[in-house]
Amino acid sequence: MSVVGSNVTDMNDRWTTDHVLSLSPDAPSAKAAAKLAKAEPWSDTGASAAAVWGACKGSGSRPYQTVVALDGPAYHCSCPSRKFPCKHALALLLLWSGDALSDAEASEWAASWLTSRQQRAERATERATASAPKDDTAAVARRAGREARVAVGTAELQARLTDQLGTGLAEAPGQGYRFWEGVAARMVDAQAPGLATRARELGALPASGPDWPSRLLEEYGLLHLLASGYQRVGELPEPLAATVRSRVGFTVDSAEVLRGPLVRDRWLVLGSRDSADERLTTRRLWLRGEESGHTALLLSFGRPGVAPELALPTGLALDAELAFHPAARPLRAALGARHAAPAAAPRPSGVTVDAALDTYAAALGDDPWLTCWPVVVSDVVPVPTETGWSLVDGTGAIPLRSGSLWRLVAASQGRPVTLFGECGCRGFDAVTAWTDEGSLLL
Amino acid sequence: MTPTTPAPPATAWSDLVEDALLGTNRRSRPDLLDRAAALTVARRAGLRPAPAPEIPAAAPPDTRTPLPPAAARRLASLLADGSAGELLPQWLAATRLRGYAPPSSLLPQLLDTARQRSEIRPDAVAVAGPVGRWLAGLNPEWRFVLRVPVEGPEVNDTTVDPTNSQSLWQEGLFAERVTYLTRLRRRDPAAGLALLRTTWRSERAEDRLLFLDALQEGLGPDDEAFLEAALADRAKNVRATAAELLSTLPGSALAGRMAQRARQAVFLQGQDLVVEPPTGCDAAMQRDGIAAGSPTGRGDQAFWLGEIVAATPLRLWTELIGPPEEVLALSPTPEWARELFDAWARAAVRQHDAAWASALLTVHAAHGATGTPARLVAVLPPDERAEWTAGFLSVQGLADAFQLLVTCPGPWPELLSTTVLDALAEAANGGAYPWSHSGVLGVAERSLPVAAAARVDELAATGSAAWAEVFTRLAGTLRTRNAMLTELGSREPDSREPGGVKLAG
Repeated sequence: MSVVGSNVTDMNDRWTTDHVLSLSPDAPSAKAAAKLAKAEPWSDTGASAAAVWGACKGSGSRPYQTVVALDGPAYHCSCPSRKFPCKHALALLLLWSGDALSDAEASEWAASWLTSRQQRAERATERATASAPKDDTAAVARRAGREARVAVGTAELQARLTDQLGTGLAEAPGQGYRFWEGVAARMVDAQAPGLATRARELGALPASGPDWPSRLLEEYGLLHLLASGYQRVGELPEPLAATVRSRVGFTVDSAEVLRGPLVRDRWLVLGSRDSADERLTTRRLWLRGEESGHTALLLSFGRPGVAPELALPTGLALDAELAFHPAARPLRAALGARHAAPAAAPRPSGVTVDAALDTYAAALGDDPWLTCWPVVVSDVVPVPTETGWSLVDGTGAIPLRSGSLWRLVAASQGRPVTLFGECGCRGFDAVTAWTDEGSLLL
Repeated sequence: MTPTTPAPPATAWSDLVEDALLGTNRRSRPDLLDRAAALTVARRAGLRPAPAPEIPAAAPPDTRTPLPPAAARRLASLLADGSAGELLPQWLAATRLRGYAPPSSLLPQLLDTARQRSEIRPDAVAVAGPVGRWLAGLNPEWRFVLRVPVEGPEVNDTTVDPTNSQSLWQEGLFAERVTYLTRLRRRDPAAGLALLRTTWRSERAEDRLLFLDALQEGLGPDDEAFLEAALADRAKNVRATAAELLSTLPGSALAGRMAQRARQAVFLQGQDLVVEPPTGCDAAMQRDGIAAGSPTGRGDQAFWLGEIVAATPLRLWTELIGPPEEVLALSPTPEWARELFDAWARAAVRQHDAAWASALLTVHAAHGATGTPARLVAVLPPDERAEWTAGFLSVQGLADAFQLLVTCPGPWPELLSTTVLDALAEAANGGAYPWSHSGVLGVAERSLPVAAAARVDELAATGSAAWAEVFTRLAGTLRTRNAMLTELGSREPDSREPGGVKLAG
């Protein structure tokens, strides 16, 4: 996802160490950066409202020149590292977050990169506004071809599910992964990657512990619902049809989404979470509109070893325009123009545990495939129990998961906190906590 | 645990799962998948919270001033950099002195780090404060926190109710019991002794030894009767430890008995100090902790002499002869002179007698003593320690300097830091390898004042590549440490002030 943000003029809220380290492509980079985040290898450093820069002495004779533009952020470094951002850029940001850089006029090399970046951004905006949607006949034909292949794929999938149920799920554990791997491969051939992922997951469920038949039947049912939904996609109301297409694996270009209706609001950054597999790092960023009350999910991707491009500071609010992807229950959005830098924002209001489950239930009414829905709960206490962690308030308890439960418990000190996370059929997955010490990414 | 599901659909659902397991070939269910989808969504939409479990007590409030924001960021980055080396211990020590409370969200990382580095545990546990101890009660991996004795105002021992403490003492792990006893002794020595008496006879010998050791905390005349009784203990180690403790109580009967023996072994005859060591070790001597035969390579007589003089109050000699300088100016029987000086040195260390230590150090070289007199130096007040160490270094160089330097608290006064840098410069010019001085470099990193950084820069510019790197890193560390301490709200704390004394090592 590319983001153009040339309107950023001031950046009062310096990032926290946590936020800087969260930009790191991997753990070794974070470690290397922490080592470099001290005065002596650096010279020619400075910071302005929009950028930080400095020269770092490395093993070579010429110091590496590093610039970070704080909107985005975008990085430039003359070092040969393939990591992105490299340890120099991260170290520079750490120094800045530790208040170790003073305001200065940008050095010539820093200024020239910042200027050329600005020009590139402007040209990109012009191109984006100039280019009309190219819905030519060839594209229409390509799309029709794909739809036909996906339809054949869904029919095959239905047949496989029915076959399996015919012999009975009791046979599933003896089958191993291979059967559903094969089906997944055919779904990839049918250009339905969403179905492929779900089919592949079916192969792992019989080994997922007690009560697996129940979970397997749930997924059979939902996959069957999706496949039959696609076969009737023309008859569905448009928002639901969009949800079905997107879950089957059709993607919509961000640029195209941004040509649709835009919602301008002050968007509070609720949290962010990275997940990585061998091919891709995915960053999910959740926002909530102060006026609209809408919750939005932004996705940003990076190659392995490269942090996703988009980074927004959790707990701050951003005056910007968003465009939602069409869906029965809109959530995913594309980020359009930003009108101001992220600024301090109050702690978000939240609901009870009981109401959080209601929110999920309401969302399920629009999109039956949802496993969870982003929600803010308040006055909740994380509690360790014999069977695992629970999120507890006056209305009851739900299972609690998180990237770092102990950090959450320590921050809560056993007292009620406000939590943002995903609430759904597997409990509550906490992403951000608000305590008296401020917001905390978990 | 999953959120509870309303009952009727659950029954319908389990019927459906049963059908699916059996297979529709055997039991025809044409709409099984449709019903599975519909029920799955209905079940999910109907999820309700489970009954709330009991919420454990919240952490006790941390009433200390929160860390300044820059210092909190520093802690986060020190903890994120797993190999923070020397800076983290220094940061913790400085923060502990100033009594700040860290952001509680950083405590898990701090406790995890302290779990791996036992040398930082006392400071880390003190800095972690009441919330840290509360967390340790929840996570078994942090149990060590409860075993680290804590001092300072944040200790809340008064909240420990007597029944709890009695059961801790009766049933606790050994380390927890030692910690408990040590803390109790610090607050109320008599109560600690009384508690120890309740179980003393049933403790195992190796446990008795360590409990006895814990009596060092708050040791006083009230402990004498108990220690005297311990001189008759079944275990030899326990007897020896009881004797050593009694010998540090200058008014004790044991000290008096030792003084009596010392008078017979060492006496004035004109201007000569005659030394006549005992010729045997009688039962009374053995009861007072002196072994019947020398455990070392020295002769038995020399050993007995040493044990007696080391356990004799130094006051005896000052009363008999005069100030330490005068005593040491005498010439003792040459055959035993070395033994006598060594024994006085041990007595000065045991009795923390700075005047004797100072006098002994002055004549140290003259008597051909070998090794570093680090333990004597440690008895001196910090200023004198630095001065004596600087003098030693300017003559002897770096070879034996490490043990002395660790007794000198930082930041070092100018004389000592200049001397250390001179010696390092000489080592660098002389072609020594930096790593052969890594001990000195480590303690210099901790203890040189930031004012020394400019001189270190100069050294970096002139040395070989290896030394240049070492000096560059050293200068960097000094500046980082200074920045770190500035963030904590004042200049480098002067640990030589009363109350700030903290021995390194």
